[in-house]
Amino acid sequence: MTREGWIRLGVVLAATAALEALCRFGAIAHTVVLAPTEMTISLWRILLSGEYNADILLTLRNVLVSSAIAVGLGFALGAIIHALPRVRGAVEPLLASYYSIPTFMFYPIFIVIFGVGSQAIIAIAVLLSIVAMITSTLTGLDRIPPVLRKTARVFRMSPPARAVLIDLPAAAPYLFTGVKLSFAYALIGVIASEFILSGAGIGYSIAYAYNNFSNQRMYGLMLLVIIVATAANTALDAIDRRLQSRLRR
Amino acid sequence: MIRAGDAPTTRSAKAANDVHARLTAVTRIYGASPSGARLHALGPIDLDLKRGEFFAVVGPSGCGKSTLLDVLAGLAEPTEGEVVFEGQRVRGVPDGIGVVFQEDASFSWLTVRDNVAFGLRRAGVDAAETARRVDYAIGFMGLREFARAYPAQLSGGMRQRVCIARTLVLQPRLILLDEPFGSLDQQTRLLMGDELLRLWRETKATVMLITHALDEATMLSDRVGVMSARPGVFIDFVETGWPRERDSRIVSDPHFGAVTARLWDKLRVESLKSMGTTA
Repeated sequence: MTREGWIRLGVVLAATAALEALCRFGAIAHTVVLAPTEMTISLWRILLSGEYNADILLTLRNVLVSSAIAVGLGFALGAIIHALPRVRGAVEPLLASYYSIPTFMFYPIFIVIFGVGSQAIIAIAVLLSIVAMITSTLTGLDRIPPVLRKTARVFRMSPPARAVLIDLPAAAPYLFTGVKLSFAYALIGVIASEFILSGAGIGYSIAYAYNNFSNQRMYGLMLLVIIVATAANTALDAIDRRLQSRLRR
Repeated sequence: MIRAGDAPTTRSAKAANDVHARLTAVTRIYGASPSGARLHALGPIDLDLKRGEFFAVVGPSGCGKSTLLDVLAGLAEPTEGEVVFEGQRVRGVPDGIGVVFQEDASFSWLTVRDNVAFGLRRAGVDAAETARRVDYAIGFMGLREFARAYPAQLSGGMRQRVCIARTLVLQPRLILLDEPFGSLDQQTRLLMGDELLRLWRETKATVMLITHALDEATMLSDRVGVMSARPGVFIDFVETGWPRERDSRIVSDPHFGAVTARLWDKLRVESLKSMGTTA
């Protein structure tokens, strides 16, 4: 691990230890925040009991489905927009300001269209994450050095062969940044939507525990979300760094 | 050291008089459509490349040197005129032509070995033959230690060697080089020039080198074509008279200075024109 990595780990451990101390010595009331060790024990019990397994699996499935749709559709739309400069000129300012719109406010529309359940949740998560993939695709395709396109012609490659063997790998580091962002946005979109649009899932379970004053369960599930998000991001980041390192100096 | 012009019978140009590629009245005009702004970039150009010769092109910036290479390689269509390679009119990049560009064109996602093997795998050459030819090209270009490295781990000069090896391995009969050493320092350029000469002797290919460096053109080529300011046409052809067995040490030969001076004499006026100044 790098020096920065150790410092980062130290900061996280110090913050966790400080929270533990504040909770244990009564500076933070037990009814407000649980000590990190209690959260961990609660999560352990939740996982052992298996009572939330169906909710956990449902949330993870919705996150994966939303990410896959956002990545696939976002890449296709990005490639189409990239191929049509006039369309790009028209929509690029809209894409740039997209994240200034609170996408969640559209939830009544999705309830009307899809009803309460996974479909509406996936729709909101896709809406939230797709633009990250579109913009990453545009950046990736822009960054392909023109000399590689000339090289493809010298190798007498057909346009489909060039797309698969040259364009895609050359743009891959930027495309993967889109994949990473799409997953992060999809996770946020699914969990947040479950608070308002669902009768199942981790987000719904956290809201249910909160409404029933079940701090143990609420914090255990919140810790689970943090662990899943961190683990997924670390894994995607490792691939991302590997791809970025192959870019030219 | 064999001196230039000492032994006329060893001159490579003499051994190869048949025409390998021919440009006849070639022009290239950008925006030639009625609506577009016209830019007459090149020509009319008449040029015969003799089989096996090392031909260099020098000219002022923006004179159309790279356009000439693109037209000869089949990467650009001439607006008028005809390009013929090995007796066939050029339409698209023909088989037997290899191009090395100034910019780094190595594939950053492939190892050196996979970069070099790329064209052979595309052509469906069997694995054993691919391995044999790749081993040879990697060894020839001094890349053996770096075969498993990625281009990002190499210097600019090494990456350009990868691109040359990737071209060499396909055994092109005509090699076109568009300022391949333009981004390298002087020492590396001299050494890369030696390797290029070795490659040329070994492959017996015809080579056309586009360069802005007069010393590079003088050192490497049998014949140098001097181009005018835009629209580029050939205003002189200078025979260097070097023997086929030569290397960068000829830069200390008095004849080297004489050839370079003659090139500069022709080019100075054209360079001033391209800068919008007169002599």
